Amino acid sequence: MTRTSGANGGGGQSGKLPRKRFYRARAHSNPLSDSHFPIPISPDDFDLSQHYPRYYPADKGERGDGEEVEAPLIRFADVGCGFGGLLVGLSPLFPDKLMIGMELRDKVTEYVKERVLALRASNPGQYDNISVVRTNSMKYIPNYFRKAQLSKMFFLFPDPHFKEKNHRRRVISMQLLDEYAFVMGVGGIIYTITDVEELGVWMRSCLEKHPLFEAVPEEEIEVDPVVKLLSTATEEGQKVARNGGQTFQAIFRRISLQEE
Amino acid sequence: MEDTAVEEAEVSGAAEFAPALVAAHPFGHSVAVAVGPDLRVFDLQGGCAVSLSDDSGGPAHSDAIRAITFGAGGDLFASAGDDKLVKVWKTGPWRCIRTITSEKRVSAVAFSNDGLYVAFADKFGVVWLEAAGEDDEGHVSADSKPVSIFGHYCSIITSMKFSPDGRFIATADRDFKIRVTLFPKNPMKGATEIQSFCLGHTEFVSCIAFTRISGGSCFLLSGGGDSAVRLWDHINGCLLDTYDVRDNVGELSEPNETEDSNLAIGNICLTNNNSMVAVAIQSLNGLMLLACDLVAKKLSFLKVIRTEKSYIPTSLASRCWEGLLWTVMGASNMPNQSVSQLLTRVKIIPLAQKDVQASAGHDSAALDDTEVPHGEKLLLALQGSLDGSKQEEVLAAVLAALKVSMHKMLVKKNYSEERREQRKRGRNDKKIKN
Repeated sequence: MTRTSGANGGGGQSGKLPRKRFYRARAHSNPLSDSHFPIPISPDDFDLSQHYPRYYPADKGERGDGEEVEAPLIRFADVGCGFGGLLVGLSPLFPDKLMIGMELRDKVTEYVKERVLALRASNPGQYDNISVVRTNSMKYIPNYFRKAQLSKMFFLFPDPHFKEKNHRRRVISMQLLDEYAFVMGVGGIIYTITDVEELGVWMRSCLEKHPLFEAVPEEEIEVDPVVKLLSTATEEGQKVARNGGQTFQAIFRRISLQEE
Repeated sequence: MEDTAVEEAEVSGAAEFAPALVAAHPFGHSVAVAVGPDLRVFDLQGGCAVSLSDDSGGPAHSDAIRAITFGAGGDLFASAGDDKLVKVWKTGPWRCIRTITSEKRVSAVAFSNDGLYVAFADKFGVVWLEAAGEDDEGHVSADSKPVSIFGHYCSIITSMKFSPDGRFIATADRDFKIRVTLFPKNPMKGATEIQSFCLGHTEFVSCIAFTRISGGSCFLLSGGGDSAVRLWDHINGCLLDTYDVRDNVGELSEPNETEDSNLAIGNICLTNNNSMVAVAIQSLNGLMLLACDLVAKKLSFLKVIRTEKSYIPTSLASRCWEGLLWTVMGASNMPNQSVSQLLTRVKIIPLAQKDVQASAGHDSAALDDTEVPHGEKLLLALQGSLDGSKQEEVLAAVLAALKVSMHKMLVKKNYSEERREQRKRGRNDKKIKN
């Protein structure tokens, strides 16, 4: 940890940002296969001191007197965070909110980890509220977050999985929305964006059909500072903008169930 | 070593074996045993085997039955399995009133408490719902189709139960999870609101069961591949107590057979007024009894009931307030066995209330074949033959096959780095696996 070799792109404590070319990875990863990385058994088992040392000092657990002020919980999750552009953009906007990126590809996760460490080193006091974890969020969301813990979830430029046979690999589906609704508090907002029209229509229709979500009104979307970041902060979004592509957003709010 | 075992199974394409299952009528009218595609029912009141008639117009079971259950009222019964069929039966008299075709193999089945719906889970982790019974004129609407109401993301659902108060449906999967979902008033529109996740198992969850303090609150019990029986407050998703059967491993097996991987919990069953949990454990010839104290919210060891050496039960059933435990052992698809002779052994273990207090010295034991109610008639009906006890070798083979099969299906594959790379190279996503 004290010295990072050149081969993995540097960064880390030295304060130099890692370079992406050392972290090349496939664009896709199979969400259906059994995972080989450690997964917390339950949210209680999720060690936050590794991720947010400023909020969760490592020795805190040993004192165990339970008198200290309760540390904040993670409130934002960027599912499939890729190279972490959104997190870096959000961090200064919400300096007192903890946020986590979830990414399945290990090399990409490594990159984001280095990127966050480098940012922290070169901007002391900032970027302490963002981190990244390598996981399969389609399988393990409830292992990381408690009921109603999150206030924002992001799904930016997810894999389109065009073939019908592979639609169950899509990160937004009726089934998975149940789990997202579970970890989100009432009033929480789910942000989705894609440059693939077919997927945009799919994500919107899933959210529209789901009884625990309702569309956020246009006026609110316009004044939400987060919305601008969806297409500008992420690497994918910038790529689409460079190519002059169109994007499709669906922004929905978690509501409580109305039983007729 | 683990690695090679898994690979061997892949190469040889070993057949899948389904364990024999047993279910007891909630009022003790009958008992059902399923082995392979064979469903055997014995009428305990009439003292005779039930001949099953099929009015549904659907096909009969043609592959291993994976799940059987009685409805809470006892008037309905369901069987489902690898042939992608869910058959709903009326129990008085026994006849099949509905055959539902699933898109995938079915791994679990349950009736809603009011008996209006039958829910089944397929191998892809999707839970489907369909009206269970007949309408007022005794007809089954032909055009009704099952509706998917929720799902576990691509994970095999191993067990599914409705809570006794009818508020929740709980589903357990091979990814260590138990999901507790609110069962809505109009469930055909989907069950989207999750009440809790019960997380704590460190291996697949093989079985779950609800219990309740008489007239009071409900609790959930679960057993898993991690050798643990756990007690949950399912409303809040809190783990209340864990009992690791390895804690009493000394009483379980001879020293030379204490292999942790063999101590997966196969089945759990509440009995004796919900005060006791009977636990079937892989490699244990017999049962473990735990006391379940719902006031103190504690599970504690009572004793081990031994059966003959080669009898390791695969499934348990009991009426919750009666101390009579039905156990069965057997497997489908055994080589050299015709369907009519699918080997099954049934044993009945009477448990007295005093077993709770009694020391380990007080012996409960399985009834001898001659002491079984209705004697040979019942054994012949449920076992398919009477000479089961003489076939020790076959029983041993059944056991070995079941172990491999369960391991293959439920335990997370663990490949070495090297082997993983190799698999990636040889991968062909277009190939349809089956």
